[in-house]
Amino acid sequence: MARSLTNLYDVSKCTACRGCLVACKDSNQLPAVIEPFKGNYATHEDTNGNTYTLIRFIEHEDPVDGVRWNFLKWQCMHCFDAECMKVCPKNAYTKTEWGATIHDEDKCIGCQYCTYACPFGIPKYRKRTDTVTKCTLCYERVEEGLKPACVRTCPSGALTFGYRDELLQQAEERVKMLRANGFPRATIYGKLELGGTNKIYVLTDTPDKFGLPVEPKVSANTWVWQDWVQPYAGWLIPIALAASATSFVTNRILDSKKKNHAEGGHE
Amino acid sequence: MSPAFGRGAMTNHMVDLKNTDVALIMGSNMAENHPIGMKWLGEGRRVRGTKIIHVDPRYTRTSVVADVYAPMRSGTDIAFLGGMIKYILDNDLYHKEYVNAYTNAAYLVADEFDFEDGLFSGYNADKRSYDNTTWDYQYDADGTTILKDPTLTNPRCVFELMKKHFSRYDIDSVCKITGTPKNKYLEVLKLFCTTGAPNKVGNIMYAMGITQHTVGSQNVKAFTIVQMLLGNMGRPGGGINALRGENNVQGATDMALLFHIIPGYIDSPMNSKPHKDLLSFVKAVTPGAANVQANNMEEFRAAVAAGIPNSGFKINSSKWVVSLLKSWWGDASKPENDFAYHYLPKREATKNYSHIAMFEAMDKGEIEGLFVMGTNPVVGGPNANKEQTGLSKLKWMVSCDLWLNETAEFWTYAAWERPVENDKVKILSPKDIQTEVFFLPAAAVFEKEGTAAQTGRWVQYRWKGAEPVGDSRSDLWMIDHMARGIMDLYKDSTRPEDEPIKNLTWGYGHGDEPEPILVGHEYSGYTVADNKPISAGFAALKDDGSTACGCWIYCGQMTTKPDGSLDYKPMHRDNVDNSKTGLGLYSNWGWCWPVNRRIIYNRCSIQPDGVTPWPGDDDRVLIRWDAAAGAWVGDDVCDTGKTSPPDKANPFIMRPEGKGCFFAAKGSFKDGPFPEHYEPWESPVRNLMNSQKFNPATKVWEPEKLGKVEEYPFIGTTYRVVEHWQTGALTRNLPWLAELMPNMFVEISEELGKLRGIDNGDKIIMSTTRGDIEAIACVTKRIKPYIVDGKEVHMVGALWQFGFKGYATGDPANRLTPHVGDANTMIPEYKAWLCDIRRA
Ligand code: SF4
Ligand code: SF4
Ligand code: SF4
Repeated sequence: MARSLTNLYDVSKCTACRGCLVACKDSNQLPAVIEPFKGNYATHEDTNGNTYTLIRFIEHEDPVDGVRWNFLKWQCMHCFDAECMKVCPKNAYTKTEWGATIHDEDKCIGCQYCTYACPFGIPKYRKRTDTVTKCTLCYERVEEGLKPACVRTCPSGALTFGYRDELLQQAEERVKMLRANGFPRATIYGKLELGGTNKIYVLTDTPDKFGLPVEPKVSANTWVWQDWVQPYAGWLIPIALAASATSFVTNRILDSKKKNHAEGGHE
Repeated sequence: MSPAFGRGAMTNHMVDLKNTDVALIMGSNMAENHPIGMKWLGEGRRVRGTKIIHVDPRYTRTSVVADVYAPMRSGTDIAFLGGMIKYILDNDLYHKEYVNAYTNAAYLVADEFDFEDGLFSGYNADKRSYDNTTWDYQYDADGTTILKDPTLTNPRCVFELMKKHFSRYDIDSVCKITGTPKNKYLEVLKLFCTTGAPNKVGNIMYAMGITQHTVGSQNVKAFTIVQMLLGNMGRPGGGINALRGENNVQGATDMALLFHIIPGYIDSPMNSKPHKDLLSFVKAVTPGAANVQANNMEEFRAAVAAGIPNSGFKINSSKWVVSLLKSWWGDASKPENDFAYHYLPKREATKNYSHIAMFEAMDKGEIEGLFVMGTNPVVGGPNANKEQTGLSKLKWMVSCDLWLNETAEFWTYAAWERPVENDKVKILSPKDIQTEVFFLPAAAVFEKEGTAAQTGRWVQYRWKGAEPVGDSRSDLWMIDHMARGIMDLYKDSTRPEDEPIKNLTWGYGHGDEPEPILVGHEYSGYTVADNKPISAGFAALKDDGSTACGCWIYCGQMTTKPDGSLDYKPMHRDNVDNSKTGLGLYSNWGWCWPVNRRIIYNRCSIQPDGVTPWPGDDDRVLIRWDAAAGAWVGDDVCDTGKTSPPDKANPFIMRPEGKGCFFAAKGSFKDGPFPEHYEPWESPVRNLMNSQKFNPATKVWEPEKLGKVEEYPFIGTTYRVVEHWQTGALTRNLPWLAELMPNMFVEISEELGKLRGIDNGDKIIMSTTRGDIEAIACVTKRIKPYIVDGKEVHMVGALWQFGFKGYATGDPANRLTPHVGDANTMIPEYKAWLCDIRRA
């Protein structure tokens, strides 16, 4: 495998300007999703079919540190061992040789099984195209020698892009520095989690303080799917799993054959 | 700042933030409102371990990236800084050589000057103003040389008086007023005052959180005292840096888009005796010139040539004034007619023409028509309900903007919707409004050419990136066509009062679109005989009519290339750092006033002898004295007499004293030579420092609108978020930005939420004596009640960027803010007033 190219996000530098969100929308030509303000600066509770990334705003308070306001840029982690890829019945997911998990909309039938399989719940259904969507790591830009749009826009230097081994080294040094300067629990995320991801975080505190799963797990459903459903996808499942949680998914597979998509999912 | 240093501008520049050891951000939410400037502080962290302190009523996105955050109740900056001044003096932390050599600490102050219980000598309670004759120095027998005590021990010296003045600001008293936890306050004091060491430099950055108070100017004055004591002025990584909220607000003030000045910060003429003719006027605007014996301009010129009066560099004011007149009226401006000084409009001496005053006059029906360009007062003006009513009394209004913003549509039903019935607020509807409204679609910033002067005084040319949409036009086009149209209407007039219009020099090209470079040529200045740019800068300007210059501080921004074409320096784009020690001067990127000097007062970057760097600080020297050459040399343009030897080379050449001024003598301020703490006009607590409730020299426009704490118990304040730009007229019309901040919201503490039964995300109504608004509540841990004098005081923070137009809408918070402003600048007190809040 070629050397991985990774997107590093250092929360200790991020000012939550959200320029990356706009750059992502611009680069991917995604329409605005205007939802009412509900009391958190993030505005959206989660990514959606037209929003591949967002900044989370999480408040913490404890007697030692006082108030902390943690920001986290949230998007696909581009896992090396990508669950989304394993469960997709149409093989819509592929890995670029430098590590991006990319998703082919033409192959996607909108079954959303990846959404449930992904340890981070990243892929989201988009009604207007009847597919799921997610961050692409801007692979088209990268393959033309450019940086991802979000990285290019980031004014604070919180986002950087480069070889994973080099960035990991930088991240380790940064964590060391942060630990010595008032952030004793600073850590790297994405180095080992899920066998490594191609998006690395430098965190100033433990992952839970950023709403990240401390030990992300492969969804129980993936196992069911991989061992049972996928091999027989063509003929067995409608009968076998008609009443189960996966029936919606399998119905979509059958529907896709008839090119007659039912309404479903969420946007 | 100008009473302390001589100029009112940001002293350093954005790139220079990386050279600082400690940055104090106070009254600014820099990370949100200057995200790109913030980048340079990040660079400072990377290259030299810069520490960042944030002092603010709220924990914001700036606090997150700061090393130390200290909360402070809105409107108590002078108490906070007064305590810092006392701490520096008590603990001997000031930079002694610097203070001795570069400030007026040793000057003796007149015996009549006095201060008692919040009032300086000369106060007139009926007029709410001071007679400042006693705010002066002691002079020797001839009445010109100021007496000094270099030992700084004479009880009448500035240093001792300052010590006495701030002796009341002990840490406990300060924290009682500001509500800052004592440990946090001490942390700030300790960290920032480390920059008093000669090898350390600290930088102060501020914005509207400092200026939008009835004591706004004095807040800045307190900064100047801190920075002079610590020896942080005129050095890389130091200074007092006003972060401008608009990309060209510096340019707008340079060009005098204000009522009290004409271009280049010269007082605007009034219809009063001291301004009756050119000679009187130049005497009035040249500091100390009132008593110069001169009966005509020739005699005055001779006095100036002989170095009389002692007014620092402003001794040249007559040259700037005459060159300005010459540039405006060309051949019609000649020695025989006072260079057409009588053409200059004179303002009423007793009248105020500031924003608040203008809308008060409009409300009284005194104004017929209004041009609104690049502003949106229905969202951005204080007491917006009143300002909207004022607009309804106009006969006509022209609005120039990219979109039909709230001001352009002030006459619609949507504009007058209010959340509750309120007998204090008048509700109109379109049928009640007779104002004829015209709308001129304006080109966006990328659709037009010209210069903008950014916060660090850099003038940068911007080329057009796209053609304007539809029929929209550049501002320059609008003004040019209007001026030409008006001149055409008057061309046959024989009336003398029409001469200023008939004889106006006006020519910015022959095409439909005016040429910005010709505007640049005019304010850069030229010799009248050959129309050639004055490359040497303003030192070459004359008051005999041989030079013309539209704005003296911009003089020298244009030269002639060898091939005879114009070289407009703001167009330069050389991104090589010319500083040999990596200070990031970039002197050939754009151009900056004055005379491309990147860091003003840079004489202070080296010791008084002019050759020795401050101990341990060799890399931050900007200029040094070259004895062999008999001149100052260095990477930056020196801010002192180029050939004045070190013992004569004053560091603050724009001050008559030549020194930085702790004590602001005479007419510098309307409200006192030293800053003193007063509560905001509307405050929930009494003044613990003296018995004056609020600034005794502030004009009160609407005494009947003073909110009472029984009815309006909480502090209200306003601010912006990074997602929206100013009044939101631009950003709320862009879907991707509207998505990021879709609605108007206010922030309150969890404690206040509990008190008023408000949960995060609830709809609330916020009210003052001026009006009500509806908004969504953001209940947050980032705001805490302040403990003021033992009592809990709550604050409600409101975004002021919303209105009823665009994709992201909400009530304008300025429907709540008062019509009261700073005693000197009239900047409205948007930042601290009284309100109430309840669930909708
Ligand atoms: S984060 Fe989810 S969508 Fe992204 S690669 Fe990993 S499993 Fe796939
Ligand atoms: S890498 Fe590209 S697609 Fe992914 S969040 Fe950044 S801009 Fe969006
Ligand atoms: S652009 Fe950079 S600083 Fe701004 S929110 Fe995104 S990651 Fe943070």
